[in-house]
Amino acid sequence: MSWFEKLIPSRIGTSTRAKGNVPEGLWVKCEGCGSVLYRAELERANEVCDKCGKHMRQYARARIKQLMDPDSYRELDEHVRPVDALKFRDSKRYRDRLSQATKDSGENDALIVVTGKITGIQVVVAVFDFRFMGGSMGSVVGEKFVRACEHCIANGLPFVCFSASGGARMQEALFSLLQMGKTSSKLAQLAEARLPFISVLTDPTMGGVSASLAMLGDVIIAEPGARIGFAGPRVIEQTVREKLPEGFQSSEFLLEHGAIDMIVSRGEMRETLGSLLEMLLKKPASSSSDVSVQQQEPVAAEAASSQPVPDTAQTETQAAAMSNPQETANAGSSGIADSPSAGKTATDKNTRSSESGDVPDGTTPRPTN
Amino acid sequence: MNPDYLDFEQPIAELQAKIRELQFATEDADINISDEVTKLENKLDSLTQGIFSKLNAWQVAQIARHKLRPYLRFYIDALFTDFKELHGDRLYGDDRAIIGGMARLDGHPVVIIGHEKGRDTKAKIKHNFGMPRPEGYRKAKRLMELAERFELPVLTFIDTPGAYPGIGAEERGQSEAIARNLFVMSELRTPIISTVIGEGGSGGALAIGIADRVLMLEYAIYSVISPEGCASILYKSAEKASDAAEAMGITSSRLLGLKLVDRVVNEPLGGAHQNPDKMAATLAAALKEELAAQQQLSIDELIRNRREKWRQFGEFQEENNA
Repeated sequence: MSWFEKLIPSRIGTSTRAKGNVPEGLWVKCEGCGSVLYRAELERANEVCDKCGKHMRQYARARIKQLMDPDSYRELDEHVRPVDALKFRDSKRYRDRLSQATKDSGENDALIVVTGKITGIQVVVAVFDFRFMGGSMGSVVGEKFVRACEHCIANGLPFVCFSASGGARMQEALFSLLQMGKTSSKLAQLAEARLPFISVLTDPTMGGVSASLAMLGDVIIAEPGARIGFAGPRVIEQTVREKLPEGFQSSEFLLEHGAIDMIVSRGEMRETLGSLLEMLLKKPASSSSDVSVQQQEPVAAEAASSQPVPDTAQTETQAAAMSNPQETANAGSSGIADSPSAGKTATDKNTRSSESGDVPDGTTPRPTN
Repeated sequence: MNPDYLDFEQPIAELQAKIRELQFATEDADINISDEVTKLENKLDSLTQGIFSKLNAWQVAQIARHKLRPYLRFYIDALFTDFKELHGDRLYGDDRAIIGGMARLDGHPVVIIGHEKGRDTKAKIKHNFGMPRPEGYRKAKRLMELAERFELPVLTFIDTPGAYPGIGAEERGQSEAIARNLFVMSELRTPIISTVIGEGGSGGALAIGIADRVLMLEYAIYSVISPEGCASILYKSAEKASDAAEAMGITSSRLLGLKLVDRVVNEPLGGAHQNPDKMAATLAAALKEELAAQQQLSIDELIRNRREKWRQFGEFQEENNA
């Protein structure tokens, strides 16, 4: 340390980092388009920029709150805490890094597990918190993940995991590497029990997490614009000594290369998961959920009329029900979603379904029986 | 200065050179200096013992990557008979960073899969320095499934700096290829014994390392990231690799102590490269013993044990104060 560095109070160094992690200001700048966004508004929009659609990182508890049916869930294994088995010390002690991470994030470690309902379907959901040491996987993440799977197996529940992780946690050395085997082994048992595992990749999903649990989903979904890959871009650049192609390791890149099933925006995630799980579990399309696209004519009309839909829309809906069951189904869904476009429901099916986002792409509404 | 030897091995190299000179001299002359040679050989042993008993983690890493260290190809020839190499993943290509095939160990057919680094420059390029691309892992998976189908035990040999960080590798799903192997090996219904023979580099190593028994040669290393990688990220300087190696605990004795590996196979004095044949004989004996023990079990017991083994890794605490 130079004499000059010694003169500077140490907090100057740390204050900038804290700012990067937890924006405290009233206004934040969009990482995508640079627009200045009102903090509270951005939170309401689930950290998605309303100007450019950029998905910024969302922390575990906010995501859980957005995703789960209100008051339907409880946390599992929240008391599992990390230990410093190796007495690891680099430029800082691991113990100190842990307490700092807990202070910054309010979490014990980087994975939070809950059980509860998504659109009425009982599930177990594990969510990585990137604020806690970059969402890195150590013993606690591995243990909580495995217990989540065991809870699924014991109760016959499907499993959903949202990953956001730089990879294995170096401070736990080989313990963390072996978590890749531990989690993958348990997922193999979940698969053997024929319980669905949906893996959702969010920004970033890299290294040991990507090369184990995250890529083992029966269905793999990514959020738009997430970085997903095995090796970090700098490492690759240094190895191959060439510039990486545009969009390399983005969700869109992975979709194009056949590595993931679909890209789903945060706003549509809940409905998409609900619909996928219903099909995987061979449940009828639920009438209580927002995705009532597979309704029979009379049921759809009933669902629509039981919702607070403007009078005009309702009459149009009922009129449509006489002529076209597809229109009815869509109208019902728009009404429930309380969408401002509900009044126009019966006019243009295509534009409406893409506007409201209630109807998953490619799902052709069709009457059951 | 012997360029094939590491800094801390130079005294050994010098003494070895001196002994060789003397031996050449005795062939020509009538004088009997065998006493002298024996004395020097004893001195060499105690010198080597002295150096090797005090190796730090970083020095062990250098032994694990020694340019004279026996690679997989050597062990295949030394341990097995009838080796029939099987190529390709049937999807895209044949990645020579992983070699696989069938062979006989003590007359019994087995499937062998392992990393090969390549000795000379040409071979290193051919084998991509032992850094597999997805095709390598998918070839490994194909061979494991073949082994399961025909009830042949699987022996894997780990010696890699890590999975290859390249554009094509990412495009073709490096993560998925590794993850899939972890998944498949976890439930593969045949015994799997993995041995780290050199460098156990991260996910690229683990991708063929989910086993019933994990062995390490005495001077092999096994780690979540290379000491250099860890140093440049956590210490912001690659020169701190030695500190990082120490902190991570990458050596066989440390990992055995932590119960993260099952068995350490002792190396000849001065490391495997000083006496490859002796190393091969020790390894062969260990593998036969391990395999025999696993083959005593029914497949259901085997799978149950493997599940339990991989379930219990990890150190954490739990407070039930809720």
